[in-house]
Amino acid sequence: MHIAIIGNGVSGITAARHIRKGSDHQITVISEEADYFFSRTALLYAYMGHLRPRDLRPYEDWFWEKNRIGLLRARVEAVDFDLKTLLLSGGKTLLYDKLILAAGSQPNKFGWPGQDLDGVHGLYHWQDLEAMERHSAGLERAVIVGGGLIGIEMAEMFHTRHIPVTFLVRETSFWNIVLPAEESAMINRHIAEHGIDLRLETELREIVSDDKGKCRAVITSTGETIECGFVGLTAGVHPNVAFLKNTALEINRGILVDAYLETNLSGVYAIGDCAELRQPPPGRRPIEAVWYAGRRMGETVAQTVCGQPTRYDPGIWFNSAKFFDIEYQVYGDVQVRLPEHCASVYWEHPDGKKSIRLVYERASGRVLGFNLMGIRYRQDVCEQWLRTATPVGQVLEQLGLANFDPEFFPQHEQELVGAYNRQTGNKILLKQKRGLPAVLRFLR
Amino acid sequence: MDHASLSIATPAPVLTTGKQKAGLVLAGAGLLLVLVTWAAGQAVAPVPTLLAALSLCTAGVALFIREEYLTRPAGIQNNGAWFRSLSARGVWGWLTGVLITGFYVCLYWFPGYLTGLTQLFDPLSRLLRNTAADQWFVYGTLYTAAVLLMGVKFFYKYRHNPYQRWRTVSVMFFQLGFAFLIPGLLLRLQYPELYFTYFWPLSYYQGTPMAHAGYSGSGLGVFFFFFGLAMFFIGAPVLTYFFGKRWYCSWVCGCGGLAETAGDPFRHLSDKRLRAWKIERWMIHGVLVFAVLMTALLWVNVATGRGVLQAYSQFFYKSYSFLVGSAFSGVVGVGFYPLLGSRVWCRFGCPMAAWLGIWQRAKSKFRITVNGGQCISCGNCSTYCEMGIDVRAYAQKGQDVVRASCVGCGICSAVCPRGVLRLEGAEADMAQRTELQRAILFPSVPA
Repeated sequence: MHIAIIGNGVSGITAARHIRKGSDHQITVISEEADYFFSRTALLYAYMGHLRPRDLRPYEDWFWEKNRIGLLRARVEAVDFDLKTLLLSGGKTLLYDKLILAAGSQPNKFGWPGQDLDGVHGLYHWQDLEAMERHSAGLERAVIVGGGLIGIEMAEMFHTRHIPVTFLVRETSFWNIVLPAEESAMINRHIAEHGIDLRLETELREIVSDDKGKCRAVITSTGETIECGFVGLTAGVHPNVAFLKNTALEINRGILVDAYLETNLSGVYAIGDCAELRQPPPGRRPIEAVWYAGRRMGETVAQTVCGQPTRYDPGIWFNSAKFFDIEYQVYGDVQVRLPEHCASVYWEHPDGKKSIRLVYERASGRVLGFNLMGIRYRQDVCEQWLRTATPVGQVLEQLGLANFDPEFFPQHEQELVGAYNRQTGNKILLKQKRGLPAVLRFLR
Repeated sequence: MDHASLSIATPAPVLTTGKQKAGLVLAGAGLLLVLVTWAAGQAVAPVPTLLAALSLCTAGVALFIREEYLTRPAGIQNNGAWFRSLSARGVWGWLTGVLITGFYVCLYWFPGYLTGLTQLFDPLSRLLRNTAADQWFVYGTLYTAAVLLMGVKFFYKYRHNPYQRWRTVSVMFFQLGFAFLIPGLLLRLQYPELYFTYFWPLSYYQGTPMAHAGYSGSGLGVFFFFFGLAMFFIGAPVLTYFFGKRWYCSWVCGCGGLAETAGDPFRHLSDKRLRAWKIERWMIHGVLVFAVLMTALLWVNVATGRGVLQAYSQFFYKSYSFLVGSAFSGVVGVGFYPLLGSRVWCRFGCPMAAWLGIWQRAKSKFRITVNGGQCISCGNCSTYCEMGIDVRAYAQKGQDVVRASCVGCGICSAVCPRGVLRLEGAEADMAQRTELQRAILFPSVPA
C-alpha cells in the first residue's frame, strides 16, 4: 500500500514516522517548500542567529532513507481523487492508495491596498524567512500588522538586527483575544521595554508603493503615514486548500474531517492546520492551527492508516509561546471574559514579568485552567488536576507540585495561595513545595 | 535552506555597537601587551605591564558586558551567535584557535619560548608563592584570569537565572581558591603544591607510585594522596548518585570551569551528529582504560621490584602524558574551543568524566525531565549543548534525558523557549528513568 502525504510539516512528518513504526506501507511525503522537515516554530531563531538553518531540522538527513520514508520536492497542482493520482509540478503524476492532506496554512491578507507589493510578507514558510532576510540589509524600519504570536516574533527578529519596528495592533491591548487583561498588559509593557513602537487600536489602511513596486510606507487607520521598507502581515492564517477547491472534497474553511480525521472521501485524511473538525469537542475550535494539535493529529491518523481506527482526541488544551523574554504556558480553559459561574485568582510579581493565574468553577470549586507568564508549570500535574476536576483548595495546597522552574529559582506558589485567601477569606495553607519525588508520588 | 547561514543579502549582519567595539579594543590592547611580551621573549617593566594588561582587559570586558547585556532586559542573549566571526568559525575564530593552540604547544614542549611571559608574571609569583615563576604559574594565572573575567561575563549574560548564577560563582570560587591561591600559599609555606579539586585519573600523576613517594614526606601530602583515591572510589559514585556528575563537571572542575566561562561563546560548535556520539563513547572509555592500565602497570612495576616492566611502564606513562595529558586535554581541548566547541576534552577524553558518566548512567537520581508534550522541536537545546547531546531528540518524544556525558550545566533548560526541560532528581523511578514517557498517545485511547 502506498501512502502519500502532502506536506512535510510537523503533522505530515509525524504521521509518516508513526505509519512507519506501525506498518510496512510505502510512504511518500511531498513538499513544495523544503527538502527536509524543519521546525516551523523555530524560524525566528535562524534569523536571529541562534541557530543555523540546518539546526532547524529535528532529524539528520540520513534518517529518512533509513526509515524508508520517501521525500519528494514538488508542488501538488491538483488531486484526481477518482484515479487516486496526484498531479505534480513538471507534469509528473503520483499514484496513491491512501492520501493524507497536511498542507498547512497561508498567512491571511484582508484585501489591503498594496498587500502584494514587494517587501510585504507574512511569516509562515521558509521562503518568507528568506524574504525577510533579503529585505533586511539597509532596512530602516519595519511595520508589523497584527497583534498575535507571529507578529511579536517578527518584532523580536528585526529588533535583534537593530532594525526599528512599528507594531500595529488592532485590539486595545496585545493579544487580548487570548490573554486575560493583566497578562496582556504585561506584554504591552514588555514590548515597549524593548523599544518597539507599539501602536494599539491601530489598523493598517493601505500600503504605499514606490515607483519600483516596492513598499515605501503604510498609512494607518489614524491617518498617519509611516515610512518603512518592509511590512509584515501577521494577522493570522487560514487553511492552505486552494489547490483542492472544485473537487469532490468537502471544504468549508478547512478540509472537513470526521472524528477519525477522514474526509468525505474514503481513504483520504486531513490533519494539522488545513483540517477542520466537523464536530469539535465541547469548548474547542474546529481548526486549531498549532504545532501540538498537528503533531497529535499525525499520531492519530497513523494509527488509523495502520489498521487501528482511532478517534482524534485533542486532549486537554495546552499551548505555549515566548514573548521576547517572557515565557507563556496555558493548560486547560482560561477565557478572556470569564463566564459568570467561573472565578479566577491572579498573582503578579512586583517586577511585572511573572504571573500565575488559576481559573476555577465557583460552585464546585473544580479547577479549570492555569495561565503562566515567566513561570514554568508541569503539564502532567496540571492535566491530572484538570482531568480529575480537583477542587481549587486542594490544588492550591499542593501547588508546588506543578512548579517546573529550574533549581534555585524562587517559588511563588505561596503568593498565589495568599492572593486566593485574601480574595475568598479562606485559609488555605501551601503544603507542597517544588520537587520531583513528590510529583512521582502524586502521578502514580 | 541548504546554505550554511541564513544571511543571503547580509552575510554577516553587524550586531556589534560602537561601545562594544571600544570594549573589544580595550581588552584587545591588554591582550596585546601580553602577546608582545611573549613575542619579545623578555618582559620590560613587568609590574606596570602586567597591571596595565589586567586593567585593560577588565575594563574592556566590563564595557562589553554593559553594552551587550545591561542595555536590554534580562533574557537569553544568543543573538548572532552563528553570525559573529569569533563564535561561528570565522576568521577571528580560526585566529583565536591558532593563538591558543600555539600557546599550549609552547607550554608543554617549548617552554623556552615563554620566557617573556615567565618574566612578566615573576613579581606576582614571588608575591603569592615566594618563588620564581615558571611556565606553569603563567598558565595557571592566565587560566584563572580567564575564568574570572569570562565568568563575570557569563554571570551577567544569565543574570535572570539563579541556577546559572550560583554555578558560575562556584566554578570561579574553586578556580581562584583551590586551583590558584591555595596551591600558591602551600608552596609559600613550603608544603607540596596541591590541587584539591583534581583527582586521579584526571590528574593522572596523583595515582602513581611517584606521587605516593613524593608526598610521603609530608602529612598533608599523604592525606592528599588518599583523599584523591577516596574521591575516586567513594566520593564520585556517592555524589553522582545524588546530584549527577554535575557536582564536579560544571560546578567544581577547573577544565569545566574554563569551558563554562571562557568557552561559553563557543558551546554551540559541538558536534551533535549521531556519528560523533559513537566516536565519543569509544574514545572516552578508551582513555579511562588507558589511564587505569598505565597506573596499574606502574604499581605492578614497583611491586615486582622494578624488574622487567620498568621500560614498558615508563613508556606507557610517557605516552599517556604526551597523548592525553598534553595533546588532548590542552592543545585540542582548549586550543580548539573556537572550532570544535568548549567541551571537546570533557566529552571525548576526560577519564574522570568517563568514570562519573558511568555512574550517572547506571545509578543516579539525576535526569533532565521533559515537560509533557510542550516541545516544539526548535533545536535550541541541542545547539547550545556543549556536550553535543541531541537533547531535542529526547524532548520531542517526551523522554527524559539520561546521558553519561551530560555535565548538568543547565543551559538546555535555560535556552528552551517553552519551558520544557528541568534538571532534577528522584530515587523512586531510577530504574525507569530512560523509558519513554509520552511518545505515542495511542492505542491507550479507545477507538
